[in-house]
Amino acid sequence: MTLDDIVAAVRTAHDTRTSLRLRGHGSKDFYGGLLSGEVLDLAGHRGIVAYEPTELYLTARCGTSLAEIEAELAANGQMLAFEPPRFSGATLGGCLAAGLSGPRRMQAGAVRDFVLGVKLVDGSGQVLNFGGQVMKNVAGYDVSRLIAGSLGTLGVIAEATLKVLPQPVAETTLEFACDEAEAIRRLNTWGGQPLPVSASFWHEQRLWLRLSGAAAAVDAACRRLGGNVAVDAGKWWVSVREQSHPAYAGQSLWRLALPSTAAPLAVPGLRASEWGGALRWYGSEVEPAVMRAAAAAAGGHAVLYRAPESLRCLEGAFAPLPPPLLALHRRLKKAFDPQGILNPGRLYAEF
Amino acid sequence: MILPAHCLLVEDEDLRPYECDGLTAYRAMPLAVCLPESEGQVIDVLRTCHQLGVPVVARGAGTGLSGGAMPHAEGVVLSLARFNKILRVDRDSRTAAVQPGVRNLAVSEAAAPYGLYYAPDPSSQIACTIGGNVAENSGGVHCLKYGLTVHNVLRLRVVSIEGEIFEIGGGAPDAPGYDLLALLIGSEGLLGVVTEVTVKLVPKPELAQVVMASFHDVARAGDAVAAIIAAGIIPAGLEMMDKAAAAAVEPFVKAGYDLDAAAILLCESDGTPEEVAEEISRVMAVLTASGAHDLRVSQSEAERLRFWAGRKAAFPAVGRITPDYYCMDGTIPRKRLAEMLAAIAAMEQKYGLRCANVFHAGDGNLHPLIMYDASLPGEWERAEAFGADILELSVALGGSITGEHGVGIEKINQMCVQYATPELEAFHRVKAAFDEKRLLNPEKAVPSLHRCAEYGRMRVHRGELKFPELERF
Repeated sequence: MTLDDIVAAVRTAHDTRTSLRLRGHGSKDFYGGLLSGEVLDLAGHRGIVAYEPTELYLTARCGTSLAEIEAELAANGQMLAFEPPRFSGATLGGCLAAGLSGPRRMQAGAVRDFVLGVKLVDGSGQVLNFGGQVMKNVAGYDVSRLIAGSLGTLGVIAEATLKVLPQPVAETTLEFACDEAEAIRRLNTWGGQPLPVSASFWHEQRLWLRLSGAAAAVDAACRRLGGNVAVDAGKWWVSVREQSHPAYAGQSLWRLALPSTAAPLAVPGLRASEWGGALRWYGSEVEPAVMRAAAAAAGGHAVLYRAPESLRCLEGAFAPLPPPLLALHRRLKKAFDPQGILNPGRLYAEF
Repeated sequence: MILPAHCLLVEDEDLRPYECDGLTAYRAMPLAVCLPESEGQVIDVLRTCHQLGVPVVARGAGTGLSGGAMPHAEGVVLSLARFNKILRVDRDSRTAAVQPGVRNLAVSEAAAPYGLYYAPDPSSQIACTIGGNVAENSGGVHCLKYGLTVHNVLRLRVVSIEGEIFEIGGGAPDAPGYDLLALLIGSEGLLGVVTEVTVKLVPKPELAQVVMASFHDVARAGDAVAAIIAAGIIPAGLEMMDKAAAAAVEPFVKAGYDLDAAAILLCESDGTPEEVAEEISRVMAVLTASGAHDLRVSQSEAERLRFWAGRKAAFPAVGRITPDYYCMDGTIPRKRLAEMLAAIAAMEQKYGLRCANVFHAGDGNLHPLIMYDASLPGEWERAEAFGADILELSVALGGSITGEHGVGIEKINQMCVQYATPELEAFHRVKAAFDEKRLLNPEKAVPSLHRCAEYGRMRVHRGELKFPELERF
């Protein structure tokens, strides 16, 4: 599948006002609003276009699997520092569109922090190039980063350039026994100190802390922090990143983003927390309104991450936007997709 | 009455200090300068200007280098100078909420008692404000490792041109909806007026040390930069100065720079003492293998600051040896550094002007300082054409016309070189989503298609299509 094929498909849809459902591998079909529209299968637009390890960037087409990209990076001792979930066969386009970051999020940054440029096919079938392959570029609005997490509603991400980073030389995981409140307290204290923390995970009264960096720094931090060194931690972090760990099981799952310091919420169903306390996962023990209110009261927001279709019909995935922001979203959507044909309703039901 | 008398300037003598920002070559007198003291007054000013169709140019400390805060001759300047309070420094969540007129360095000073600091450190940090940093997406010498403003701002409170307040981002990660923080940061005051900023604070490293390396050959210094990255090292700072820059700063700062070197590289490592020791030894090995003929490691904090002093004082130092200088801001892939320097040397001949070069080498961001004398007829025009050549070559080499200073009014023509019509049209649609009447900082940052057509015609008319051998994108 070529860029011209994508352009032709979008133009036809534009002219006939046909809604398109953009799809890479479909590994995140469960995420966001309900799917609608004719499938535009982008998996065939694939391949790494450019990779220059010493320039710290990689450019690839949207259908390229993250596995392929990461294998290429690993061969050069580099990585996608935001550790996106690969699920089974996730593609670069889907990774950017969903904007989901993994365990290293709080230290390394989110997906959007690593986007240097995109080639976008907008809703009228125009090819637009934003950003580029250099680390710093403030010419024009930063549309490349805006695209991250937009769930395909602003354009087809045909190609993207990401900043890549060297893999850490050393990595050790420490394990501690503590309750949720104590985990939050410790993680925020450590967060204020120059420690090479690269991930955290709390589940069933145990806290795991990953340290990554120069061997000397990791060793020094281990001595200072105590705890037990976890065995086989590499595989275990993969289960967190891929959400194959039992903590993420179940039909319904809420993903709460909170200030890392937020005290334990007075709602039942906590499964696990990550990101130094800033990301907390809950089951569906309470009503959606209660969950959203609890997150908002703590200064954060709740995402209905995974749920049966019966619930997704009634409840949007993301916290509702205040009116001025919703109006802005609608105008931006229109600026990139005047007919509203790209992934309608995938982000918000309103557009 | 929208503003009390002490918040409004209308007399020529009062307006004069506002007629330009750090780019003094471009000037315009505004109709008035508003100095609101409350958010309510900002709202009133914007609402009134919106109703009357009057352009508004927001302004912080006016240290910007691209004319972004240059007034509009038929508009008002909205100075946020009185929004200078640090509202909160929260040790536990490692965040600070500040008003936009707070100086960059003041944030780090307020956070220092907690062992924290605000990472982006533009060289003007003692004067420039956070609001200006947000508008320009400012960088600094440590952004290779710690990121730009966009990586370090968590939340903005914004007033639209219609006087409506909206908040974007937040204390929790990954706010719902589009990433408007990414869009607003670096938007050069074209999309809204920021009244409050929450920034991320990071722990101050226990130790920082810098290696100073001299090279006989600029190309080798450029290769050394790539070799450091290839070795898997992301230094806290990686800066380069050429011979002209070193010669300009040495008498000024007495840092002990090797004046015979063609290029001097400064490579900083920070972290725990163990981490720094390990990284410095790896950096030294790479630099030696890359052909550095002299290597020195700072042995004390005072020495580290002295090594840096020249780099940080490069602009004023050059200002001492020339009546005027013009600072450029292109970015290029690191591997094209030597090529760019050779081209700049040729341009010095072509335009009969000298140029000193300082670079954020780690991220390929060049700051050539073109020296000229504004009092001599034609010199500014030559300097401007010299600068335009550098910017257009940056694009041709696969880079950008601006890494951290913004487009403003200065690089508006070069935007036509970097972007094609469809992207420029998309930018205009984004602008219209926020500011349909185009009243916020009009005629800056994104050129009209008409302007690009004129610029293109002008260039072809002169018969000098620049770099015809290079592919355009």
